[in-house]
Amino acid sequence: MTNLEFTGLVLGISGVAGCLGALTGLGGGVVVTPALTLLLGVEIRYAIGASLVSVIATSSGAAAAYVREGYSSIRIGMFLETATTLGALLGAYLATRIPTGVLGIIFGVVLLHSAWASSRGRPKDMAGKPDSLADRLRLNGSYPGEHGPQSYQVTHVKTGWGLMFGAGTVSGLLGIGSGALKVIAMDQAMHVPFKVSTTTSNFMIGVTAAASAGIYLSRGYIEPALAMPVMLGVLAGSLLGARQLVGARVRVLRWIFAGVVAVMAIQMIVNGVRGM
Amino acid sequence: MKAWGDEQLERIVSGLLIAGVSLSAAVVLLGGFGFLWQHGAQVADYHTFRGVAQQYRSSRGVVRAATSLDWRGVVQLGLLMLIITPIARVAFSLVGFAVERDGTYAALTALVLAILIYSFVAPH
Repeated sequence: MTNLEFTGLVLGISGVAGCLGALTGLGGGVVVTPALTLLLGVEIRYAIGASLVSVIATSSGAAAAYVREGYSSIRIGMFLETATTLGALLGAYLATRIPTGVLGIIFGVVLLHSAWASSRGRPKDMAGKPDSLADRLRLNGSYPGEHGPQSYQVTHVKTGWGLMFGAGTVSGLLGIGSGALKVIAMDQAMHVPFKVSTTTSNFMIGVTAAASAGIYLSRGYIEPALAMPVMLGVLAGSLLGARQLVGARVRVLRWIFAGVVAVMAIQMIVNGVRGM
Repeated sequence: MKAWGDEQLERIVSGLLIAGVSLSAAVVLLGGFGFLWQHGAQVADYHTFRGVAQQYRSSRGVVRAATSLDWRGVVQLGLLMLIITPIARVAFSLVGFAVERDGTYAALTALVLAILIYSFVAPH
C-alpha cells in the first residue's frame, strides 16, 4: 500500500471513530487503536501514539462546541480533573510494578459490568438526596433540554471523586483516556444528566491525554505520517458527531455506548490473557 | 450587569479550544499535503516498531525540523500544538477563576496545572 492509499484509508476509519467518540463521550481513541492494529496491521505502539493524539483532537474539538452550547460543566470538569490527574500520576508510578496483562483482565471485567449497567439506564427511585458539598462547590447547573434549560442537582460528590481518581489511575496505567469510567462516575454515582456526563467527560479527556502525550512523544510512539490522517479524520468525525447530539435520543446513545464499551472490554480481556 | 462570570469564561474557553485545534489542524494539514506530495507513492510500512527518529521526539527538535521545511516535522509541530491546547485551557481557566475571585476553583485549577507541568517535566 502506498502512503497516499494508506492515508485515505486511515482518514475514513478515523472519521467514523471520531463521530462515535463524540456521541458517547468515549473519545475516538477506543475505536482507532483496535482498527489500526486489527485491520491495517499497524504496530501497537504506533497505534497507541496516534490514537492518543486523536483523543486530544476529539476532546478539544467537540468540547469547544459543548462548552459554548452549555452542555459541559466547566466546574464539574475542573473539580474532577484534580482526581483524574492525581490518579494518573499514581497510575504512571504503578505502571512499572504491576503486570499489565492482569490489569487488562480486571479492567475488561469492570468495563463489561459498566456496559451492562449503562444500557439499563438509571433507576428513577435512586434520585438521591441533595449533597451539601455540591452546593458549596457550585456543581449544580442546567443544560439545554427539549423544552428550554433543565436544571440538575449533583449527588454523591465524594463517591464520584473517588471513582474519578480510579479512572485517572487506569489512564496512567493503561495509556487510555478512560472516558467510559468518567461517564459512569458522573452518570451513575453523581446523577449528572447523561448528556452532561458524556460532554463533560469529553471536555476532561484532553487534559488526561495531554499528561501522557509528553511521555509518548519522547518515547518515539508518535509517528507524524500516521498520526496526521488519524488526527484529521477523528477531528472531522467528532465535529460531525457533536452536531448530532442535540437531536440524539439518550436511549440510543446509551445503547451505542454500551455496545462500544462491551467490544472494548472483550478486547482488553483477550489481550490481557494473551499477554500473560 | 456582571462584568465577569461563568458564561464569559465558557465563551473564552470555547474560543481558546477552537483556536488551538484549528491552528494545529491547519499546520498538520499543510505538513500532510507536503508529505504526500513528496512521499505519496512510497510504500507505507508501520508493521514493526522502530521508534520515530530522534528529531521528532522533543519540542526543540520538532521546531528545528519544521523550520527547515521537513514536512514530517511540520506535521509533528501541529501535533505538538494540539497537545499544548488542553494545558493552555487549564492555564486560562486559572486566570478566569482568579478574576472571578473564586478562590476555591482557582486553587483546584492551580493544582491541576501543577500536576500537568510536573508530568511533563518529571523524568520518564
